[in-house]
Amino acid sequence: MPTNVSEYIYLMPFVILGVTILISLIIEMVSKESELILPWISIISFFIISLYSLLNINQHFILFNGMIEVGGRSAIFNFVFNLGALLVTLSSVDYIKKYGSYYGEYFILIQFSVLGMMIMAAASDIIMIFLGLELMSISFYVLAGINRKKLSANEASMKYFLLGAFATGFIVYGIALIYGSATTTNISYIVSNFSSLIHNVIFVTGFILFLIGFSFKIAAVPFHMWVPDVYQGSATTVTGLMSTTGKVAAFSVLILSLSAVYFLNVTNTFSAYFAALSTMSMLLGSIVAISQKNLKRMLAYSSIAHAGYMLIGLAAGNIESIEGIIFYLMVYSFINLGAFGIIAIIEGENDSRTDLDAFAGLNSKNPLLAALMSLFMIALAGIPPFAGFFGKYYVFLGAIKADLTWLAIIGVLSSVISVYFYLRVIVYMYFRESNYNFQPYLTPYAMVSVVICGLFVILFGIIPDLLMNIITDAIK
Amino acid sequence: MTNNFMLTYLLIVPIIGSLVILFFNENEKKLVRWIGLVFSLITFIISLFVYYLFDSTKTDFQLIHKVLWIKSLNISYHVGIDGISLILVLLTTFITPLTLLSTWNSINDKVKMFTFSMLLLEAGMIGVFISLDLFLFYIFWEAMLIPMYFIIGIWGGERRIYASIKFFLYTMFGSLLMLVAIIWLAVYASNQLGFFSTNLLDLYKVGPLVSREIQKWMFFAFFLSFAIKVPLFPLHTWLPDAHVEAPTAGSVILAGVLLKMGTYGLIRYCLPLFPQTAVEYAPLISILAVIGIIYGALVSMVQPDMKKLVAYSSVSHLGFVVLGIFAMTIESMQGAIIQMINHGLSTGALFLLVGIIYERTHHREIEYYGGIAKIVPIYSTILMIVSLSSIGLPGLNGFVGEFLILLGSFKSLVLNSWWYTIFAATGIIFAAVYLLWMYQRVVFGVIKNDNLRQELTDMNIRELITLIPILLFIFWIGIYPSTFLKLTEVSTQSILKSVASFTYDFLK
Repeated sequence: MPTNVSEYIYLMPFVILGVTILISLIIEMVSKESELILPWISIISFFIISLYSLLNINQHFILFNGMIEVGGRSAIFNFVFNLGALLVTLSSVDYIKKYGSYYGEYFILIQFSVLGMMIMAAASDIIMIFLGLELMSISFYVLAGINRKKLSANEASMKYFLLGAFATGFIVYGIALIYGSATTTNISYIVSNFSSLIHNVIFVTGFILFLIGFSFKIAAVPFHMWVPDVYQGSATTVTGLMSTTGKVAAFSVLILSLSAVYFLNVTNTFSAYFAALSTMSMLLGSIVAISQKNLKRMLAYSSIAHAGYMLIGLAAGNIESIEGIIFYLMVYSFINLGAFGIIAIIEGENDSRTDLDAFAGLNSKNPLLAALMSLFMIALAGIPPFAGFFGKYYVFLGAIKADLTWLAIIGVLSSVISVYFYLRVIVYMYFRESNYNFQPYLTPYAMVSVVICGLFVILFGIIPDLLMNIITDAIK
Repeated sequence: MTNNFMLTYLLIVPIIGSLVILFFNENEKKLVRWIGLVFSLITFIISLFVYYLFDSTKTDFQLIHKVLWIKSLNISYHVGIDGISLILVLLTTFITPLTLLSTWNSINDKVKMFTFSMLLLEAGMIGVFISLDLFLFYIFWEAMLIPMYFIIGIWGGERRIYASIKFFLYTMFGSLLMLVAIIWLAVYASNQLGFFSTNLLDLYKVGPLVSREIQKWMFFAFFLSFAIKVPLFPLHTWLPDAHVEAPTAGSVILAGVLLKMGTYGLIRYCLPLFPQTAVEYAPLISILAVIGIIYGALVSMVQPDMKKLVAYSSVSHLGFVVLGIFAMTIESMQGAIIQMINHGLSTGALFLLVGIIYERTHHREIEYYGGIAKIVPIYSTILMIVSLSSIGLPGLNGFVGEFLILLGSFKSLVLNSWWYTIFAATGIIFAAVYLLWMYQRVVFGVIKNDNLRQELTDMNIRELITLIPILLFIFWIGIYPSTFLKLTEVSTQSILKSVASFTYDFLK
């Protein structure tokens, strides 16, 4: 057990981000040109934190009387959050200026939401989870409607807030019941007594309410209603952030809540719950996405379907599938950030050019953008040799090991369905001629962000072990 | 042991070629074409080295190169060949430069991307034939869809979008179920062997031990994927669309090599991994094959479009291959392999020939032509030879394969009935009808259409260079097939023996 002073040293990532937020707030207050400074401060601190987390995966400690856990699982998630936020910030720099919708809070809110995610993933007390969740969600509600002159953004923000608050209600009620039955909010205590607590009806009810609350956050059917409108209405870069790191954060809690299952081999009582949600999400997400004309909406449904694939891993609940989900989440984040980054580049004023039509003939306008977008679509469809395939492979492997072959079969069938709409994007970009007369507004920062995503997708497709070894280390 | 890298060179050279092309400007079309051609020729030369190094008297896989790739899942980059893989690799490396040559003038738009896709496609196809790890195999099998999808979708005909998506979805549907079966098998292997493995040589030991009930599901997961690719009746509907809409080069590669991946999969995976189920269902599958032979031939007969006619004839020809494989005698299996090569050469050449006149007239309807023998005599002669080879005239290649398949299926103990042979043989007669009738309507008679006199010119040197190597092999296989039969004999025997050892002694 480290001493009190060294606890703060181990807590470095949180401290750095906290200080960055305070500095950013001051800069925003005093400086007229904050838009030139803030993104770079964010990027530098995100970069330092993600690097720090990556290098300290093996430094595993529980701090502040069992409130926060650093290193290991929490470090790997911190890495994803910060890298994801870095890429989003990078592509926001130009996007936010593009149509004069800059608000100083934007970058600060991203920092706040990342801090919330980090707390969620690092929590080893249920109260901490709740704290992190609220910090993240409230930042997201505001971010969704950051462009307050835009009606669709207001709608997105309002919908997100109402349903998010609804989900929070479930979570708080669940936490109350769990506390009532377990007499503590300490997670390691609950985990080690999971096998006896599971016979307590109040605990199970509480746990299910808790799971339902987070099922909202990961956008699993039937708790997905908010997703399409919010994803479509929010600024594209914000959508990128919500659909990747936001989802990773919610999944990190679900993974934590099952730790008794994969560490202590307690029976996975909630397997049926996850399997049912997974089946519905995969099928509904893939089928409804087919009829979408708007690319952001299509990716919203695709993100529902991907939540379904990841839930397969929770239904299986063995260590392989948990590693699989983490791999999948990381890879999915890079793919989606890249895809939303490209949409942000193509997007025109007032939400225009987010339709498939805008992508027609993109190959003749800008071959690099078209090639990258194809890469992301093919990776989302799970076609080898790109990283998306390995995500699915690991999850299916876990399912088959847990005798859930039927779930893996539903998974592959819905993958076939989803191939159709991912390929359609490629059809538009390569096989059709453009009927829009515009040139993509290319800016170096956004391109760098998208290219980095593309390189990761290729790299982890060719050498998946690079990532998998880190995850295995972290989970141990 | 530099020899061990031979297969890897074979795989890497086209990939390097495709990367080199990326550095050139879109407008330097001629240069890009030459680079593509040169790299595919280098690949061909390497494959001749491989042929030289290969020892056809050994049963084991040769020139094995194995490197651990994904440690956490015990997946290796593991390649090696036996006679069957070798002959198909040779077919691939032989056809690719010819198709690149055939598109010299016809593809003018996005030449860079086309050549890039063709070289990647070649690497993917070679990868499928040399992989000895199921996981690696699956990756090549799927990855190869992407370049083919672009080839049909960008340079195809009017309904190219429909055709390319249909092609992709059909193949994907089958192969994803195969993925589930591969993982299941590997998990099962980890219980049996004590370690997780997708190594084909390990799984050969494990597959036959799977309980019959589950083996049946596994077999059909693999079989479905291969049967769609072959394509076996009634899963063939994607093929005519893809063939007709694809550009000539796409059709040639599709007929020449891609379809062979399906039949190769049946031989390499379905039979030895699940021998009991394969033997049990051989009669049923052979019935589908025979239906395919006759159905394909009958539908070909009524096609007004030459390219469609050739496309449906593929269904018929590949039916013979499947019949040969599931008759499970040495003769029929050898015949099936030769027939795979024959079909690649003859049908590939037919697509090239249709492409040649289509390039000049932009018409493929048989109606449009008539009497072109007077205008293009060289063309007509070559078309005659290729048609006859496709029909199976003795002395040309088609005869050898079909004869061996019919002979083998006749004495097959697994099928144990003459009827397969009798019905299959009618397919040959129908083939004569549809091809000769087409030939007669296109080539003989009076010149129907005066436009033809201006539009048609006889084959130029480049086109002759594409077709003469194919003609050479058409005669070679027809007159002296043992060069090729010898190559695959030992491998065929070893596969059938292993199937027999798990079931009953049907080889006698």
